[in-house]
Amino acid sequence: MIAQNIGFWIIAVLMVVSALRVVTTNNVVHAALWLVVVLAGAAGQYILLAAEFVAITQVLVYIGAVMVLFLFGTMLTRARIGAESDLNNSYKKLGIPVALVMLVAMGLALTRSFGDEKLPESAKVVSTQEVSDQIFGPYLLPFWALSFVLLAAVVGAIVLARKD
Amino acid sequence: MSALLAEVPYWGQSLLRVLGGIVAVLLPAGTIVYIFLFKMMSFMQSRLGPMEAGPYGSMQLFAEVGKWLQKEDIVPERADARIFKMAPVIVLLSTFLLVAVVPFGPDAWFTDFETGIFYALAVSSISVLGILIAGWSSANKYSLLGGLRAAGQLIAYELPMVLAVVGVVIQAETMNLQKIVVAQNSGSMFGIDTFGHPYVISQFIGFVIFMIAIQAELTQAPFDMPIAESELVSGYMTEYSGFRFLIFFIGEFATAGVFAMIASVLFLGGWGVPFSWFGWTSIDSIDNWMNVVGPLIMFTKMMLLVFIIMWIRFSYPRLREDQLQRFAWKGLIPVALLNIAVTSILKVVF
Repeated sequence: MIAQNIGFWIIAVLMVVSALRVVTTNNVVHAALWLVVVLAGAAGQYILLAAEFVAITQVLVYIGAVMVLFLFGTMLTRARIGAESDLNNSYKKLGIPVALVMLVAMGLALTRSFGDEKLPESAKVVSTQEVSDQIFGPYLLPFWALSFVLLAAVVGAIVLARKD
Repeated sequence: MSALLAEVPYWGQSLLRVLGGIVAVLLPAGTIVYIFLFKMMSFMQSRLGPMEAGPYGSMQLFAEVGKWLQKEDIVPERADARIFKMAPVIVLLSTFLLVAVVPFGPDAWFTDFETGIFYALAVSSISVLGILIAGWSSANKYSLLGGLRAAGQLIAYELPMVLAVVGVVIQAETMNLQKIVVAQNSGSMFGIDTFGHPYVISQFIGFVIFMIAIQAELTQAPFDMPIAESELVSGYMTEYSGFRFLIFFIGEFATAGVFAMIASVLFLGGWGVPFSWFGWTSIDSIDNWMNVVGPLIMFTKMMLLVFIIMWIRFSYPRLREDQLQRFAWKGLIPVALLNIAVTSILKVVF
């Protein structure tokens, strides 16, 4: 067992425990902070896969922007200190099967497509240049499509927020 | 640091890195507080500042630290104790993560990250999280308002900061801070290589935007709306006392130092001197004494930039919240975007 594997299992267990705490904790802000741990764990896993650009993007986008906005929003509207009793609602019954189906589907997809394939022990760090060559080369069209979706979302947000 | 420590075992290297990191965070913070906060501010206000502790008040800092350490560590009764205690640590953690990529000399670095500046921008945004939960967990309306103002401001000014950096990255063709230093010092302007090519000249707009964004990210006046002592007591720090307040305080000035270091790496040529002075051609041909002189050059440039930050801090009145947001979104961001467009066009043309 190489060091990366040990690191993987430690982070993976931490992520699963935190993910469970996200849905079981009885305080909105605590749930958001547990989610931060999950996302940071994902960034750690990317680093173990020698994908540093993706790992840093994960931190910048999810922890630095998405979670901050999330916390900002909850604190601005409702975020009491201490336990809240009305956090669980009837969608819980629907959510559990959906989560299980997702788990099975993603697990199958991963094992079917990679199987026993192993990463080389001294994995090469994927340079940013390679990532950008891929994005602006073969994946240019999906990149444009994503940019267009984001632009549409921005315009939509402005339209919703405008008073006049 | 790799070449310097080639014979030291890994645990020893790690220990030295941690020690070096602590020095690189605390030494600038202490110097900044004494020289600028205690002395320069006093002189600007026609008073002497601290004079009793040590010669010329130079030991005042130790007295202050001692004072804070012996104060009671108070947690408000209604506060969320665990998160309340965690918040200052997150803020300081972001500073320590930040200093890890700053190069201090040809071999004197902690990590030689290929995506160094991108990493720095990412981890600097972690401190917002600490500030937000500090404001929330204090169970105090002033704190919560301060935390929310801080988050709104930091999000708004992070964007122009990132965009200002993009111009430098385009010019240097790399995100590695070490290579950005080399690119500036081995470059030439109009065929003259006596001064190298510090990007403060060709990226002057980017430099100004970056410095304004730093000022706002550090919540220094005129961008100190989140702390605004006349309306919010002390913002998100209101309920903190003793050593937890000390951690916030150190975090504030240590981050000022680290941001100034990053700014000097990006725009002023970092630890380097123009390579043509000593006939160096690449990073490998640099003499070893630069590992000692480099950090000193870096420190000088850092002090210069922090001087500008503090000078503005002590000179200008506070901006109102709406002015502050408008300035970022309608002023800085369009200019920064324009700067990127012009830089990339010029880069392709020349």
